[in-house]
Amino acid sequence: MTAPALPAFRRTPLRRLAGVDRLAVAGAVLLALIVLAALLAPWIAPYPEDGGSATHPLEALLPPSGAHWFGTDQVGRDVLSRVLFGARTSLLIAVAVLAVSGVAGVLLGVVAGYAGGWVRDVIMRVTDIFLAFPALLLSLALAVVLQPSVTTVIVAIAVTWWPWYARLTASVAASVSTRGFVDSARCLGVPAPLIVLRHVLPNSLTPVLVQLSLDGGGVILTAAALSYLGLGAHEPTPEWGLMVQQGQSLFTTDWWVVTFPGLAILLTAFAFNVLGEGLRARLSR
Amino acid sequence: MTLLAAEGVTLAYGATAVVHDVSLAMDEGGVGLIGESGSGKTTLARALLGLVRPRSGVVRYGSRDLAALGRSGRAEFRRAVQPVFQDGSEALDPRMTAGASITEALTTHHRMSRAARRDRVEALLADVGLAPAIAARRPHEMSGGQRQRVAIARALAVEPRLLVLDEPTSALDVTVQARILELLERLAAEHGLGYLLITHNLGVVGRLCRTSSVLFAGRVVESGPTGELLTRPVHPYTRALRDAVPRLGGEPPATTGRTEAAPAPSGCPFRLRCPLAVDRCRDEAPLPREVEGRKVACHRAEEVLSGLPASSTSRAGGEASGAPRQ
Repeated sequence: MTAPALPAFRRTPLRRLAGVDRLAVAGAVLLALIVLAALLAPWIAPYPEDGGSATHPLEALLPPSGAHWFGTDQVGRDVLSRVLFGARTSLLIAVAVLAVSGVAGVLLGVVAGYAGGWVRDVIMRVTDIFLAFPALLLSLALAVVLQPSVTTVIVAIAVTWWPWYARLTASVAASVSTRGFVDSARCLGVPAPLIVLRHVLPNSLTPVLVQLSLDGGGVILTAAALSYLGLGAHEPTPEWGLMVQQGQSLFTTDWWVVTFPGLAILLTAFAFNVLGEGLRARLSR
Repeated sequence: MTLLAAEGVTLAYGATAVVHDVSLAMDEGGVGLIGESGSGKTTLARALLGLVRPRSGVVRYGSRDLAALGRSGRAEFRRAVQPVFQDGSEALDPRMTAGASITEALTTHHRMSRAARRDRVEALLADVGLAPAIAARRPHEMSGGQRQRVAIARALAVEPRLLVLDEPTSALDVTVQARILELLERLAAEHGLGYLLITHNLGVVGRLCRTSSVLFAGRVVESGPTGELLTRPVHPYTRALRDAVPRLGGEPPATTGRTEAAPAPSGCPFRLRCPLAVDRCRDEAPLPREVEGRKVACHRAEEVLSGLPASSTSRAGGEASGAPRQ
């Protein structure tokens, strides 16, 4: 999967946009819109109180209309409002999981890659143990043990996610550590922790950043799956996976209850993936 | 006085030894180390810089074993011995400006005020012939020669006594090579620096090094005053290297056997490429011995010095010694 060779014209910002960067820009714009929607949910949602525990039994299961663009759910809440508020939950989970697992994985990986020897062996064997379990299964097991909540979802996914970053970073850091500037720093007598933080880490980050943005979609899907299975967010938290689960039995009669949160999951995962692919194409040039 | 020395150093990657029992001493002058790609010269340099530990033998800093140095001794060694690697774009962190790279060297061992650092960076850049504006550039914004000058400035920042120059010019254009060598020569004289110059180019050591060693397949095959090695090389490998230096209008170099052959696994490692090889070279590895002011590891050193008959006879010897190749 290599990017096609680009003609050797001068790279002005405008022309860059016309190349592979269109992908990254499209992903970034889409994601920015979703983030904006999440941030502004209390102001742009037509019925902000429906983001919480409000019920309107008389308006239950109304089809999409001018008053309720996405229709209403079983207890009469506006689906559009809940989808907008749901973006907050999903993005919060994504950011928290990526931050926790990214920081943990990168730190362990960079130490393993630079130190080599038994230090690497210990770190990588622990990593392998975590990788040996299917990620969703391990998340499920953890989520069952802990109380179902958004925090549980974050912890359960982060625990299964960091080993990938540890392994990726370790391999990149190992190759960075053989480069001349690391030898040069060692010859200066720069202490090992400083070499790792100052030289190895910054030069190992690029592939991890790409992977993080690609994984955003995966985290949101996994979080939705956990909530769908009743192990994550619970009523009345607006969460897309939970909304899909609650709406699925109504699909043949009241399709809008499950369709719109499902599309929101799809769109957000897609935005992360497009951004990640675009970044990868740009940074691997 | 000897600043840094290898004593009977053997280096290995896993089970494969790449440097065998090499001894080398550096003092205030220039010392040359000559060898082709894969001869182990860079690995030896890494051992002298304390980046790898010898499998056996000792690297000595002054009179002390490098591997046994404590924390303060090690810091002292780091200040005293600095490398200049082959490629400035590798030796400088691609994310750091030239100024930041040099500042890192300045502040690793001493605290310095911001103003003092800036002045010192400027002085060091001037010393290597660069304008102060270079300090704001990153490696990819500089030419190969500029990068190498910045790498030299960074090495000089800790005021070392000895430089280990690992092919410092081989990544550069020919015209730039000459200027970098002139710079190194001038800096060494001005700062009273000793240096080890590692190269595959015999012509380079002729100008810069008083004594030199020739490395083949991880062994020193000939060592002595550079002038002697250049004008009267004894070991057939040194002779081949001298003949390989291109000269305008000179005789075409004599062929010296099968240059593609790998080092022989037994006996003399050079015998498969040697035009003078005889049966003895297959059976017995030659040990370095004193011959007319130099050390040579060749059974036929005396014959070479006393004027060898044309190599027609030895050609047959070369074939005869074509021992089982692996």
